[in-house]
Amino acid sequence: MAETPLQAQTAQNSFDIPRSLNVVEDMLQEAKRLGASSAEAGVNIEAGLSVNVRLGEIDTLEHNRDKGLGITVYFGQRKGSASTSDFSPRAIRETVKAACDIARYTEEDEAAGLADAELMASEIPDLDLYHPWGITAEEAIELARACEASGREVDERISNSEGAAVSSHDGLRVYGNSHGFLGHYLSSRHSLSCTLIGQSGEGMQRDHWYTLSRYPSELESPETVGKKAAERTLARLGARRLDTCQVPVIFEAEVARGLLAHLLRAINGGNLYRKASFLLDHLGKQIFPDWIRIDERPHLKGGLGSAPFDNEGVATRERDIVTEGVLRGYVLDSYAARRLHMQTTGNAGGVHNLFIKHNDVDFGELCRQMGQGLVVTEVMGQGVNIVTGDYSRGASGFWVENGEIQYPVEEITLASTLQEMFKGIEAIANDEDTRGNIRTGSWLIRQMTVAGEG
Amino acid sequence: MSSQPLDIARELLLAPSGLDESHLQTVLDQLMGHRIDNADLYFQLSRHESWMLEDGIVKEGHHGIEQGAGVRAISGEKTGFAYSDEIILPALTEAADAARAIAQSGSRTSVRAWQQQAGHRLYLPLDPIHSLSTEQKIDLLRRLDGEARRQDPRIKQVIVSLAGVHEVVLVAASDGTFAADVRPLVRMNVTVIAEQGDRREQASAGGGGRVDYSYFEQQQRGLGYAREAARQALVNLEAVPAPAGTMPVVLGPGWPGVLLHEAVGHGLEGDFNRKGSSAFTGRIGEQVASPLCTVVDDGTMPERRGSLNIDDEGTPTQQTVLIENGILKGYMQDKLNASLMGVASTGNGRRESYAHMPMPRMTNTYMMAGEHDPQEIIASVEKGLYAVNFGGGQVDITSGKFVFSACEAYLIENGKVTRPVKGATLIGNGPDVLTRVSMVGNDLALDTGVGVCGKEGQSVPVGVGQPTLKIDSLTVGGTL
Repeated sequence: MAETPLQAQTAQNSFDIPRSLNVVEDMLQEAKRLGASSAEAGVNIEAGLSVNVRLGEIDTLEHNRDKGLGITVYFGQRKGSASTSDFSPRAIRETVKAACDIARYTEEDEAAGLADAELMASEIPDLDLYHPWGITAEEAIELARACEASGREVDERISNSEGAAVSSHDGLRVYGNSHGFLGHYLSSRHSLSCTLIGQSGEGMQRDHWYTLSRYPSELESPETVGKKAAERTLARLGARRLDTCQVPVIFEAEVARGLLAHLLRAINGGNLYRKASFLLDHLGKQIFPDWIRIDERPHLKGGLGSAPFDNEGVATRERDIVTEGVLRGYVLDSYAARRLHMQTTGNAGGVHNLFIKHNDVDFGELCRQMGQGLVVTEVMGQGVNIVTGDYSRGASGFWVENGEIQYPVEEITLASTLQEMFKGIEAIANDEDTRGNIRTGSWLIRQMTVAGEG
Repeated sequence: MSSQPLDIARELLLAPSGLDESHLQTVLDQLMGHRIDNADLYFQLSRHESWMLEDGIVKEGHHGIEQGAGVRAISGEKTGFAYSDEIILPALTEAADAARAIAQSGSRTSVRAWQQQAGHRLYLPLDPIHSLSTEQKIDLLRRLDGEARRQDPRIKQVIVSLAGVHEVVLVAASDGTFAADVRPLVRMNVTVIAEQGDRREQASAGGGGRVDYSYFEQQQRGLGYAREAARQALVNLEAVPAPAGTMPVVLGPGWPGVLLHEAVGHGLEGDFNRKGSSAFTGRIGEQVASPLCTVVDDGTMPERRGSLNIDDEGTPTQQTVLIENGILKGYMQDKLNASLMGVASTGNGRRESYAHMPMPRMTNTYMMAGEHDPQEIIASVEKGLYAVNFGGGQVDITSGKFVFSACEAYLIENGKVTRPVKGATLIGNGPDVLTRVSMVGNDLALDTGVGVCGKEGQSVPVGVGQPTLKIDSLTVGGTL
């Protein structure tokens, strides 16, 4: 955002770091006093504000301040956990006791326990995650108002609005365990979004755009966000259905991210040790075309998924997950790793910045490469079965002929299997969507079944 | 302890920090002094536990407590909201200061004298967490595990979970509302994985309600979930690819009512209609379904997961007719949207917790029974789909397009249910899908108590239900 008036006097969120560290240490000590052989504890605090402006007026103004603490105790191989939002000494004692009481009843699980001591992050790199905005409610309202106004003035067919929203949140995360590990880091997250409604004839359509970053200065301008929301909404007006057919499909970057999220679930340790994944026993096997590379970069400066250590204190590290189309690694925490007789990959709590290599083509070239087919801009519903790989979801988007977008389409479904879809990737565009933990461009997939009329 | 919800709420929410009604009055007075039309305070204490069995052993247990107070100030269409996880007077005052910051204008009003509101008595103000000993809970988990494994040697993996919530809420509002509710909620779930050769299928079944844990022992409900999960997984081992295209679809009774929740329910929530963003906006009195269809939202069903004695704004819940004989009759309202639209709240103002703002939400949404024998409905279809169980759904309330994903479905060929087919997503248009309902069964059933509805990031427990239904044409998202 180029010219944002910033007056930092009000909303700078202050976090009492020493107290939060003490709370974690107190919990670990209390667990030890009650006889736990090991324990781990965490504190999360988040503070910020969210505003929504609709049709030029304040719709909602929310002040958020959330905190929570959680503890897991181990008595040998038996485990119990508890959580509370109350940081008083009495609540802390009661919470630790509740976790210990539970561990009296759970059973010996040989895979249970902390991650190994030697895997703990020995230093906490500064990943440049904390850039408080200090925006006041009044300033946030003005930004949202400007954003919505820019969108509404694009075209008279923009008939209504769900509003523009500004949200700014800062957070503190503390984690410690009885190996002696105690780490913390601060982070911030800011966003600006706009959702507009368009009308043509009988039909209404809505669409949105948003910008998201840890740095206020890297947000797109309110005008850009409003205009993109308007353009996306207008593009959907007059949507038609398609006849049932089998065609090539482009997943726009924002929805291609979802396909990588499905991959992550399929290679997640929890699903693997339960044999609840279509990628069971696929380590070292070809699952993508041979030019596909997927890697994880946890230490990316300012990355939305960056973290110096995972939810077990394990040092995060860069690694390849897929090279030459071959699955090289799973996504494991220490429990799943023990169940699989492997080593944790530092992914307790999830992955940290996933990248997939693109071919050096832009979105337009991807459409021309497809020739005739479907561009998907939105998918709906659950219809993804990670156990079998079966994929069937609602969709809307655009019909493409001669490499050019012809008209919007809606009320269709897309079906295939994730196995076929992954193997059928023909190209990935360079229009990388950076607004998240998973970064990808748009995907062109060889063929899927589209169900529509007839 | 008294069994009156208001006495329980005073004792658990206010007494520990020395608060009484006069303090709440002071905070509301302070809010209203700043040209606010309406304001409310919402206090909540929620204790929850969960237990999980996997690989035949009780592996995990969790205990949690959340408490806090939300403060809301309304000025015209504007809402200011703040909350605190400490229920103490200074925190309430601070939250009130933050919430009232939205008021630039608005007439000066005052706090009305409180009238203690009696809600329904749809469930007992009990604490389910203490309704069984820990040993009994563990025994229950083990018996369900054994029951699922006993069904068939192809059942290889079983996960059983048990969860209970004891929630106490108190609402004090400037419109005179002063009401409390004690809300038990329990839930069990069984997930199994069946293996045959190199094929694997997963299935889940479960249920619960606003009762204590003895519910799962009664009528062998818990064991029933184990059998049902195993049955479904075994059926799916035989499933063939689903068809693709538009065809007649027969939906089974109960949980397939997720159709109504998505196709019409969300679109009939007051906020979307006040703002004009719903495909149903301005259509009251119009034909939106076949004359066979009457759809209601009913928060007053005893012990149901979606039921509430009072909603989260202190309004007693009610049965609201949404569609009657095919004609659109009404919307579901909370106080804010009702007052802006000049109608009364329907008791649908709900929130996930004290840290979330209330909005119009569904409770138990279902279609009334019709006259047809379910067998007759199936026999009327030459070629189509019979879908009896679903994962979940989603709707775009503006375009009206909705989806719901079948996880147990069969082909109907020449009036007979034949082969099971793989899960497929069904897609339709909310405002016209019910106009194609040509037969309604006499077998109305509600779901077993598993529904969670998400809206704008807030989750609340809900119920759905319907009799067997025939929809003459609906798009099925298979691969063949």
